[in-house]
Formats: sequence, C-alpha cells, structure tokens
Amino acid sequence: MVFSVILAGGTGNRMGNTDKPKQFLTIKDKPIIIHTIEKFMAHPSFEKIIVLSPEMWIEHTKRIISKYIGECNKIVVISGGETRNETIMNAIDYIEDNHGLDDDTIIVTHDSVRPFVTHRIIEENIAAAKKYGACDTVIPATDTIVESTDSTVISTIPERKNMYQGQTPQSFKAKNLRDIYRGLTDRQKDILTDAAKILVIKGEDVRLVPGETYNIKITYPYDLKIAKSLLEEEEND
Amino acid sequence: MINTIYRLSAPRRFEIDFEDISFSNNCIVRPTHLSICNADQRYYQGTRDAKVLKEKLPMALIHEGVGEVVYDKSGTFKCGDKVVMIPNIPTQNDDIIAENYRESSKFCASSTDGFMSEYVEISAQRLVKLPDNINLNVAAFTEIVSVSVHAISRFDNIAHNRRNTIGVWGDGNLAFITSLFLKKMFSDVKVCVFGISREKLSDFSFADETYLTTEIPENLRIDHAFECVGANGSPVAIEQIIKHIHPEGTISILGVSEYPVPINTRMILEKGLRIFGTSRSGRADFEKTVELYEQYPEIVRFLTHIIGNVVEVNSFADTKKAFELDTQKAFGKTIMHWNI
Repeated sequence: MVFSVILAGGTGNRMGNTDKPKQFLTIKDKPIIIHTIEKFMAHPSFEKIIVLSPEMWIEHTKRIISKYIGECNKIVVISGGETRNETIMNAIDYIEDNHGLDDDTIIVTHDSVRPFVTHRIIEENIAAAKKYGACDTVIPATDTIVESTDSTVISTIPERKNMYQGQTPQSFKAKNLRDIYRGLTDRQKDILTDAAKILVIKGEDVRLVPGETYNIKITYPYDLKIAKSLLEEEEND
Repeated sequence: MINTIYRLSAPRRFEIDFEDISFSNNCIVRPTHLSICNADQRYYQGTRDAKVLKEKLPMALIHEGVGEVVYDKSGTFKCGDKVVMIPNIPTQNDDIIAENYRESSKFCASSTDGFMSEYVEISAQRLVKLPDNINLNVAAFTEIVSVSVHAISRFDNIAHNRRNTIGVWGDGNLAFITSLFLKKMFSDVKVCVFGISREKLSDFSFADETYLTTEIPENLRIDHAFECVGANGSPVAIEQIIKHIHPEGTISILGVSEYPVPINTRMILEKGLRIFGTSRSGRADFEKTVELYEQYPEIVRFLTHIIGNVVEVNSFADTKKAFELDTQKAFGKTIMHWNI
C-alpha cells in the first residue's frame, strides 16, 4: 500500500509577521495546504492521505479540508511530532495501527507548502521507492554551494556539478525507515535535517528523482509572492 | 488544484503556466496518450496567419487524446476509467445545427486550451469510455477517426443510393482512415483510393483499387467521392473528382486549405453535383467510432499501421522533441506518451 504523508508540522516563523502557519496562507483564495492535498487526491495510488498538523491547528486543518474539499474519508489529520522526523514516525505509527505495516508499505512524504508538485514527480517517487526502497526529489544546483563551518570563512567549495537542491517528496519503504531511525543515537538524530539523511548516514542508497524548478517551498514572503504570480494573481490579491 | 499547462507562446516555443482547477462540478482526467494533428503543427510551425497566431497564442495545443479519470463527482465514471476526450465544447443547444458547426461552440487547441497539461478539467458529457483492452496509441487519435466517421455518416444522409464505387482522394492519414471506415460501414461498396505516392498507396491493402493521380484511366467513373487532400493539393484533387464522378454524385470535402480554392462550377452545374463540407465531430460521432472499434477489432489493427512515432514525454524539453520529430515524418501520427 502507498500512503501520502503531508508534513504540515511547522509553525512558519520564517514567514515574517504572519500570525498563522504558512501552510494556511492563501493562493487563489485557497489555503496552500489545500492546493497541496489536492495534488495527492488526484493521484490514484494512495490508500490514505495523512496530514500531520501541529496539535493546536488540527481542528482548523480538518475544517478547511471539509470546507474546500468536502467530506473525504481518504484524508486523515493527525498530530505531528517535535521534529520533522518524529512527525514522519507518527505517520508510520498511524499506518501500523490502522492499516498494518509490512516491508512493502510505501510513504510519500511531502511538504504541505510545496503545492506545485506534479503528477510526474509523485509517479516517479512511488516507482523509485517501490524499486529501490528510498528516493529524494532534487534539482541540479544552479548557485555555487559554499561551505563554512565557522560562519566566517569558506571551508570548502564543492564542485557544483555534483550538487543538487533537495525538494520533496521524499519517499521510502516505511518499515525500513522506522527501523533505521530507531537504531540511531540521539546525537545522530540531532543532525538530521530531513528524512533522507536517516538512510544516508547509515550508508543506505537513496535514489534521485528529478524535481522541477517551480516545485518551490513557500517559506518566505518572497516565495508567496512568486507563487501568487505563477498563478497569475493580481498583486493586491 | 494547481494544474501545470504547457502552452505554445510563439511558433516553436512552449512555456509553462499554472491555473487553479476545481474538484467541484467537472471530471478531472489525467492525459496519458496525446496525438499531434496537422492543425497543431500549423500553430507550432507558425504557418497560420500572423493575425490568427496573435489572437490565439499562448494556447495549449492538442485536441486528440485519451486519459484516465481521476475524479468524477457525477459518478458517471469510475476512477481509473480510460476515456477519450471530446475537444468540441458546445455552449448552446440547437435542434438543427450540429454541435461541431455551431459558432458558439468552443474547440480545444483552437478557441480554448488543448490537452497539453498535467490534468484536464472536463465535463462528463465530453468523455466517452473506452474498452479496457483498447490499444491506447490508436485510441489517442480517435478524434481524427471520428471526423471521418462524421463525414461518412453525413454522406449517408445526403448522397443518393447508387453507391457502387466511391473514390477517396488522398494518401495521408485522413484518407487512410476514411477509406478504411468506408469499407467497414458500406461493405458492398468498391472503394478506390487516388494518391501521389505509390509507397503510401501500397499501405491501403483494404481498398479495392488504388491509383496514382497521374495515371487515372480516362474512362474511370465513380458514384461519389471524398476529398482528403487539403492544402495546395485541393484544387487538382477537386478538379479530378469533378472529372471522374458520375452526374448527381456527392463530393465530401475534408481537406483543410489555408487559401481559397478555385473550382470548376460549370461542370458542377452541368453534372448536378452536390458538394458538402465536414469539419470536426460531436459526441455521437465519438460514440459511434468507439462502437466500431469494438465491433470490428481489425479496424484497430489497421489503424496501428499509421502510428509513425511514439515519443515518451518525461520533461518539458520532450514536448518540443515530439513536435520536431513530427515535422520530419512523411506519413503517420506522432503519439506522445504523456508522463510529464
């Protein structure tokens, strides 16, 4: 079985003055998270779409889903965890409790604030996760990546042709991901910035799936402006 | 839902646009197999009138295609049903004028966006369910097939009943389809095909006779004719038809020409000929076409012979590759497997 896991755990404190999590801001009169959920609704592979929300926003999330999508037993809203990866573990626990978990259970995890994800990206994620066990959606880096370990001077400049920017979805065989995550030390867990790294630090292969430049993450007010202009909204909308 | 659309913004240049489509009233179809038509190529290559291009672009091309239903609130279709999409969109009812001739109707990739998008929001009335085991590369160009079926059905209503011999002028896709369906829909009729390429004519194995247009016997006569040539070849084709048709015959014009075509009205008058045009098709024609696919599976097998190229479209760049490949072909349809 294949499950979609929509990560809406963040409270959006990078979005400036906004007083609500960024996934609830609207584009074309519709919350960003609804646009994102709809992309997964349109794909026939998913048994369930599991939306992980901050505890305080669960009711609101349920209400807007009901308002914009209607009653739909394919979507379930549950509470996220303390970190991104704990949130994913909550989703896997939910799947185990309600549908059973086996070695071939696939999760397609996706940021709730990436509504421009495409059918092709989702399709290729599912195929790669089934075949290889794990995949990450990426685009080739266009800017040179500079590493600095002391935030003052450059430590190294990796060769750009080997650099990619990570997007989502990231997709995994759920049981394997959880087993490896549970085997990590607290120190290892502390350095995880995303789920793919759970496997990478244990030497497991994570395949690359080509993303799209426009599969943007709406993190800053500037991103929201771009998203609105892509959908041809008037500036004063 | 945010839908990605691939629009032609200028000749040979596609752009990516986005629009919000609704899960409310209409069906949502995921296109899977799209077929390039000459009309698409006229936009792509910029051979349409400059004023027309300025008015219509940017616009998503492609009006021949099939897909899978991913959502239908009306309950007419199940999720996963394979369907052919009807590009003609009637906006008004009319008891006399068919939906494909109404000036108020819209048409995909002409007066509104075509099917080159991630999803197509479309009314259930504009979808016809396909048999599960149909060859989808063939089903992709059902629209052009339905145009032939429409022309033959109208011919059946208009032409007198002496139908011993019917001539089809042209050796391209439309002529192939029209002559094939004439043989199936009127099994007793002798179908003669007139073309300019011996090689292409050899593919019309179902036809009773084929002739090069430079070698038509002087005394050859036909009862009725279908002109499937179009463009610069129209004047000569129509001239030959008028010459070889019996009096009171009916001529069906299907070939599209960008320019006015001079025709020999003296002989039309003298022979009392009927000439009628057909363009596009409506829901009934699509339904009849799919019925004929099921009734005569050999039709589908013959139609596979005109598949020229099959292109896997996995990226934005592949869309251009498919159109460029299509410009190089001498015959046959280019099918895009729409994975994008």
